[in-house]
Amino acid sequence: MSRIEALFARKNPVFIGFTVAGDPDGERSFGVAATMVDAGVDLLEIAVPYSDPVADGPVIERAHVRALRAGTTLDDVFALVRRVRKHAPDLPIVLFTYYNVVHRRGPERFFSEAAADADGVLIVDLPVEESDEVAPHAVRYGIDRIALIAPTTSPERQHAILREASGFVYLISLEGVTGERDRLPPGIACLVGAVREKTNLPLAVGFGVSCPEHVRIVVEAGANGVIVGSALVRIIEEHSSDEAAMDEALATAIRSLRGGLVPDPEPDIPRHKRVEG
Amino acid sequence: MKPGRYGIYGGQYVPETLMSALIEVEGTYARVREDPEFSRRLSWYLHEYAGRETPLTYCGNLSRDLGCRVYLKREDLLHGGAHKLNNTLGQALMAKFMGKRRLIAETGAGQHGVATAIAGAALGLPVEVYMGEVDTRRQALNVFRMELLGARVVPVVSGTRTLKDAINAAMRDWVANLRETHYLLGSCVGPHPFPRIVRDFQSVIGEEARRQILEREGRLPDTVVACVGGGSNAIGIFSPFSNDDVRLVGVEAGGEGLESGHHGASLSAGSVGVFQGALSYLLQDADGQACETHSIAAGLDHPSVGPEHAMLKDSGRVRYEAVTDAEALRAFRYLSRTEGIIPALESAHAVAYALRAAGDLDRDGIIVINLSGRGDKDVADVAMIHGGAA
Repeated sequence: MSRIEALFARKNPVFIGFTVAGDPDGERSFGVAATMVDAGVDLLEIAVPYSDPVADGPVIERAHVRALRAGTTLDDVFALVRRVRKHAPDLPIVLFTYYNVVHRRGPERFFSEAAADADGVLIVDLPVEESDEVAPHAVRYGIDRIALIAPTTSPERQHAILREASGFVYLISLEGVTGERDRLPPGIACLVGAVREKTNLPLAVGFGVSCPEHVRIVVEAGANGVIVGSALVRIIEEHSSDEAAMDEALATAIRSLRGGLVPDPEPDIPRHKRVEG
Repeated sequence: MKPGRYGIYGGQYVPETLMSALIEVEGTYARVREDPEFSRRLSWYLHEYAGRETPLTYCGNLSRDLGCRVYLKREDLLHGGAHKLNNTLGQALMAKFMGKRRLIAETGAGQHGVATAIAGAALGLPVEVYMGEVDTRRQALNVFRMELLGARVVPVVSGTRTLKDAINAAMRDWVANLRETHYLLGSCVGPHPFPRIVRDFQSVIGEEARRQILEREGRLPDTVVACVGGGSNAIGIFSPFSNDDVRLVGVEAGGEGLESGHHGASLSAGSVGVFQGALSYLLQDADGQACETHSIAAGLDHPSVGPEHAMLKDSGRVRYEAVTDAEALRAFRYLSRTEGIIPALESAHAVAYALRAAGDLDRDGIIVINLSGRGDKDVADVAMIHGGAA
């Protein structure tokens, strides 16, 4: 059983955190990941920094810029994954990347290197129409290819996407780029319900999830996982000059966001923490 | 074969959220191409409003100087001052047929932004134009023109603050506002079906030029030259000549020279990669990050190029050359004085190549240069470079 499978078999719902490798710089990036894992992230998405992240809003785009300015290379990203793997042997890790990074490395080599320590790869700008370029490599190296479904995805495309999906399915909550929102759109339960009819894979919802209340809405919509990115990345940006404060703020935010998961799978978190928000 | 491919190039490398919009645009485009009402209205706008057809001007002074017969295809005389309006009128009309209520666009030099603003005003669609903050400064006149035409100009401060970041910003807007918005992409770049749509709407340049030269000279030209940034004016003039025995030359931005690393010559000096939705040639580093580019011409200052050009380079059907900033500036002044025509700095690259290549043609040789735009927008910049002296 893969780490991703084992996680969803063990816990429901799960909390998925996102960080850009090399943000705010090479050394502190590991500290960020370790803090996130220690604070209760069940599955970690590690993004490969990229010069033109068109699916991302301003907060995550600035994280890509910080990581690239700090000189982060793809080798550094794999090294980070290796360190996180040592730190948390059972943690499922998904590499989140734009396709040109994969293309430039060579899809086969990218997947073989990723498979060393990561459990899944999510290529945000590789729709199912183009996915034959990577599909055989994912299978060969035994790594899950995390598929994306958007609110705009037609039922026919949902079927085509789900035929190739493994690990879990990433449902995009809204029409737009990543980034915090005041409110989530009303259609999440419909999207979760529609995809649920077509697959037995776990469903995780991301984009715009910003606070414990949003986490609760996503869980109540029937999702098996909640993905938080920008709300955590923003903390790194705001505390980039004080590492201790950054770690503390990240851990506090994650514990608070986890409070939105119902039923609470973490009995060791004191009850009053759960209602903070 | 996968949709929207030019050889191995092209494709649809976009986030899932955008796929439904691309499918909608593709469907609409297939429908309007067959719709006589669409053709009738587009034809009216092109002829009665935009001023087609544009002249194919025989340049006597230039021809005497260069020792061959030189013609300019005068897209600089199209309404708005550049070839861009051919595409914006077509796509804006498509947007109307799709029931969209808003246009967004990216712009580098500002010419596509101006052309979108014009089309939006003419067809009653509000327009927002994303423009790199660096470009808003070096093309301040075009910012003012867009605003005069009723468009809102949004300066983009992310990344390198130039054309590529303006495209990223426009794609982000589109993802968030698909239902009411058409993204009016200005060059033959991006995901399928945009390269095809832009080529088709720009092919009017080559169709006219081919007919005009046959009328004038009774034969086809030896060489057709056009500048290539994203490549829309070039693909527009090349396409109708593609099955003819005519040498086609695309001229890229050589910037400070290819060896300097400061240029925009993705075909001459780049490698194959995926960028902004398409597989094409790209200026990138070892990890696939897009490189910063440089050109004196904002419209050529871009790390990638349309996928059809990538195919035409590999097949050898089109030759791609690079011209430096200095050569383009010389051509800019030369054409102004010799023929009384001030070219856009982008088009000046094509003129500069013609000056270089004319020696290869004999006295009866015919060369057609696509003068894709006029240079008024560049006059202040060039004056600054020359310390105020013309």
